[in-house]
Amino acid sequence: MDLDMDLDDIFKDDEDDFDNDFYQAGNVDENHFHIALSCISQSLKSQIINNSYDEVAICFFNTREKKNLQDLNGVFVFNAADRDQLDRPTARLIKEFDLLEGKHGVDSMYGACPVEPLDLLFNKKFCSKDETETCESFMKEIGSQYGIVSGSRDNSLYNAIWVAQALLRKGSAKTADKRILLFTNEDDPFGSLKGAVKMDMVNTTLQRAKDAQDLGISIEVLPLSRPEEEFNISLFYADLIGLEGDELAQFMPSAGERSVRADIIVNNNPYHPVWISPWSILCVTPKVTLLRFSCLGLGGTGVIKSLKATERSFICADTGALLQNSTKLFYSYKNENIKLSVEELSEIKRVSARNLRLLGFKPLSCLKDYHNLRPSTFLFPSEEDVIGSTCLFIALHRSMLRLERFAVAFYGVPSRPQLVALVAQEEIVKAGGQVEPPGMHMIYLPYSDDIRDNEEARKIPGVVKALEEFKLSIYGDHYDEEIENAGDKKESEASKKRKATSEIAVQEYAKYDWSKLADNGELKDLTVTELKYYLTANNIPVAGKKEALISKILSHMGK
Amino acid sequence: MARNKETLLLLIDVGPSMHNALPEIEKVCFSLIQKKLIFTKYDEVGVILFGTQDTNNELTNEVGGYEHVVVLRKIGVVDVDLLETLQPLPRGTHSGDFLDAIIVGMDMLIKKYGVTNKGKKRLCLITNAICPIKPSNEGTEDDQVTIIADKMNAHGMKMESIVVRGKLIAEADEKIMDENDRLLNIFSKRTRAKLVHVESPISLLGALRTRNISPVTAFRGDLEVSPKLKIKIWVYKKTAEEKFPTLKKYSDKAPATDKLATHEVKVDFEYKRVEDPSTVVPPEQRIKGYRYGPQVVPISSAEWYAVKFKPEKSVKVLGFTDAGNIMRHYYMKDAYVFIPEPGKTKAILAVSALARAMKEANKVAILRCVWRQGQGNVVVGVLTPNISDRDNIPDSFYFNVLPFAEDVREFQFPSFSNLPASMQPTDQQQEAADRFVQMFDLAPPDKEEALLPEFTPNPALERFYRYLELKSKHPDEAVPPLDETLSKITEPDPELISQNKSVLDEFRMAFNLKENPKLKKSTSRSLQDKPSGSNDRKGYALLPAPSANPDTNENKSSVKVEEIGNVTPIEDFEAMISRRDSPKWVNKAIAEMKKRIFNLVEDSYNGDNYPKAVECLAALRKGCILEQEPKQFNDFLHHIFKFCQEKFLTCFCEFVASTQITLISKTEAADSEFTDEEARRFLGKPEPMME
Repeated sequence: MDLDMDLDDIFKDDEDDFDNDFYQAGNVDENHFHIALSCISQSLKSQIINNSYDEVAICFFNTREKKNLQDLNGVFVFNAADRDQLDRPTARLIKEFDLLEGKHGVDSMYGACPVEPLDLLFNKKFCSKDETETCESFMKEIGSQYGIVSGSRDNSLYNAIWVAQALLRKGSAKTADKRILLFTNEDDPFGSLKGAVKMDMVNTTLQRAKDAQDLGISIEVLPLSRPEEEFNISLFYADLIGLEGDELAQFMPSAGERSVRADIIVNNNPYHPVWISPWSILCVTPKVTLLRFSCLGLGGTGVIKSLKATERSFICADTGALLQNSTKLFYSYKNENIKLSVEELSEIKRVSARNLRLLGFKPLSCLKDYHNLRPSTFLFPSEEDVIGSTCLFIALHRSMLRLERFAVAFYGVPSRPQLVALVAQEEIVKAGGQVEPPGMHMIYLPYSDDIRDNEEARKIPGVVKALEEFKLSIYGDHYDEEIENAGDKKESEASKKRKATSEIAVQEYAKYDWSKLADNGELKDLTVTELKYYLTANNIPVAGKKEALISKILSHMGK
Repeated sequence: MARNKETLLLLIDVGPSMHNALPEIEKVCFSLIQKKLIFTKYDEVGVILFGTQDTNNELTNEVGGYEHVVVLRKIGVVDVDLLETLQPLPRGTHSGDFLDAIIVGMDMLIKKYGVTNKGKKRLCLITNAICPIKPSNEGTEDDQVTIIADKMNAHGMKMESIVVRGKLIAEADEKIMDENDRLLNIFSKRTRAKLVHVESPISLLGALRTRNISPVTAFRGDLEVSPKLKIKIWVYKKTAEEKFPTLKKYSDKAPATDKLATHEVKVDFEYKRVEDPSTVVPPEQRIKGYRYGPQVVPISSAEWYAVKFKPEKSVKVLGFTDAGNIMRHYYMKDAYVFIPEPGKTKAILAVSALARAMKEANKVAILRCVWRQGQGNVVVGVLTPNISDRDNIPDSFYFNVLPFAEDVREFQFPSFSNLPASMQPTDQQQEAADRFVQMFDLAPPDKEEALLPEFTPNPALERFYRYLELKSKHPDEAVPPLDETLSKITEPDPELISQNKSVLDEFRMAFNLKENPKLKKSTSRSLQDKPSGSNDRKGYALLPAPSANPDTNENKSSVKVEEIGNVTPIEDFEAMISRRDSPKWVNKAIAEMKKRIFNLVEDSYNGDNYPKAVECLAALRKGCILEQEPKQFNDFLHHIFKFCQEKFLTCFCEFVASTQITLISKTEAADSEFTDEEARRFLGKPEPMME
């Protein structure tokens, strides 16, 4: 297990801005708070399986209640029992978090909420009307309140960042990737304020954010747009996360649940582009590993204890002696055991000193559909080691695209050195983002040893005529008919043969006086083939030994 | 095992025109026999040579004729002696007549088996087919070939013809060549014969399938286009990775006298509890569980079985889409081939119709496949048409598995157009790249496609089996260097490079590649640790070597060294200090090297750089003695020791002391201020020297 997995995420929830949702009674899907909650819940569920050593804390702000170490107003750190505030996700956390979301409760609550202006105090009276337990639990324990209002000195956003930063103090910035994800649909949190107070609040908040960033914490904003009004990142949050110029233009507010979710998954994989560093962009999803645990007292109280990593011992099959780690291997050849050392084996596999060696180019048509063995790897240039490599890579990339060629290279990894095809990939951008990044795909080519030759197996003389006939007719008038008829099953060779034998059997069957043979007990004097005539003619299965066949005949005759 | 026993007759042309290709043929035959020894040791093999000086075959004795055909080995179970028989092959003196050889071979097979053993009789003809065949007595040559082919069919023989052409043979009469090709084509049309032309040693090695794997269908049944339209198909694997052989662990505990000893090693697994490592947990107390965060969820096998997805066996078409929608790099695994059920004309017609229609409309089909009943992992994949270009092979489909959403990793990378202008190629650079891509052509229109996967053997596997043979004779032999022919798979073709030297040079000159001097040790280390095997030297690797000599570092060899890099500091230093075009280089080299050593020591983490630093130090010392600059070295050594003591890095001093590096003494360089004694003492007792 790695130690550098403290990828700390702080999900922050800004549940103060329910303005539009109040207008849309009963429409859960459009509810921002709901979207954020279910997004976090989904993300937790995938995180616990995929990166369960990542640590996470959930913190709401603009809340009525407060719960945080600093005892700041309007910030509530959500947590489950048996767990530090910033810790690995647990099943209990997910369960309790899901209870918060509680479908019915929140749903009907929003439905019941009256049209109210922007300041969104959750009214107690509506909650008490709603008897749903889950809703109650959220309202009781956390509650919501618009934090930043004129006349109050409280700055809940400032507080929230402070709390988050304090939570993220755990672990060194070198080994952990620390991030704050901020969910909000309020593009101008200090909008209700004016003048110097506003300036002051904005500045202190930005300063706080900057401090956090200086400590190696990145802040990402996941804005949720309202249907008729797009989230204007430039009002406040652009400064908070330090977007400038082009970046600002590229910042796409996520309008719906789906893309927010996608963002989180993407963001979990921060990339460090390396000069032609291979990226597996396709991988066979690793199966969740089954571990072995001891289960003591299988009857009732199953105490589950994890077992120590298996202890392997090597035992000599001949003498039963315990062996120390042996590096000698052998292979049976010519009735002898040929001994090889691990070093010799790795030397054999080291057929190329270089990692990736360009051998030449071929037109794309040479890359056949079956020239494939494994998921491809993605190559992207990096300046980290060799300056100028990006430039060269781009030039090659363009030439290959224009000339419709792919490169053949030898990839000399020791595990399996093999030929690869480098296929240039043009960037594809569709609405909402990059679908395919620009770069090259490294496709692993098979060797002649890996390609099975099935052509020979299916080459049947005699097909020629059928095919030629067919080719004449294929694009003719009877095209549809051909297809339709094709589904009908034709009599197979085997069934033809069966039919023929049964015809013979009937003929032969007539030559014997079966009942007389049976009466005289002379059936046993006949050969198996002769017995089978009877059985085949009477449609009785012909399997079995001679005795069985005779008894079958007798029982068929009723004797 | 014996059920699939095959009889193979090798018909090898050893005539004078073949002599060039014979070394490779020896190798391929060797590997063929060797694989048979390992994998199918009940197979039978016979060898016939033609184009020899002698004549030795039964047909000559019986009916006369058939000169210069020698039966080198009668049909018999494959054995070790055969390996020796084929090494080396005798060189013949006459031009070979392949038709004679085929007839002799068929005669041997018929005499031995009659009409039995259908489909397991194989003739393998290796020739260049440039010599005319003898005129026939009765009928035309075509008739004669047709009769032979029909006979071959009647006896269920298969034939593989490997025709060696191109660079491997001398000039030949085109007319005869074409005529012979036409005759051989008759075989391939009328019988179950395969005909391949090879032009390079690599493809000769790859052309003959050395290991016969009997095809096994992955699925037999209906391709369901709709519930009302089903096509009978068989599915085979088209590609499957031939794995490196697994070796067993060897135990040397058994006494040498024990002839029956297996020397195998049994592996025993024991499970112990974390809190009590002394007791072993017996199997009945163990249960499997999934990790869920910090907790563990135990799942009994009954529960696991209950939730297991058990779909019905089926192959269904989900729909069609434009071929362009399925990217080539989505292909996940080895490919399958869908063929119409043999013998079913209607199925052949239906597959052909569908394939051709898809090709015409440029569409592919998306399929959902469950190969076996209850097989949990349903695959969704793409079906692409494969239109046969041969009359006697029906059309078929290729099938490739596509990823599910979980399998796709959506990395975002910056768009090339957004990168700074310094990284954008200029027009001149772009032109150079264009020419480079165009000229380094592996599939020129008039020649054989080089490195065609079908004809390219796996060099590591080949090497393994050859080494195995070597080891069986000489157990202590070290691994020999990679065979010359095989190394052509891993290296660029020197011929191609020399032909396009100007293009290559232009391309290399157009781009100014240099190492990043600011490279931090830590980042490069973390990259190397990645399991994907990314390596910081890949940048060089992409550029082909400027000459046929693969050992020279391509960038370094042509460009004069002007600074000492991170990767090969010692080589750089040696190159720089020996530059004679200006006297400043000696001092610069020494200064740079000092800096480099200093950095290495300073950036070292737990001494991981020390070996490298000491190597550099040794190089520096050597250089300073050579250039008679002892003071520079001695001062530096003092300086670095002082530095180490200040920074509590004394372990470096100890490390240096443990090697043979001392100050440079008077005997080594006259200018030195130290005697031998002083030089040695310096490291032994550093403290008094350092005050």
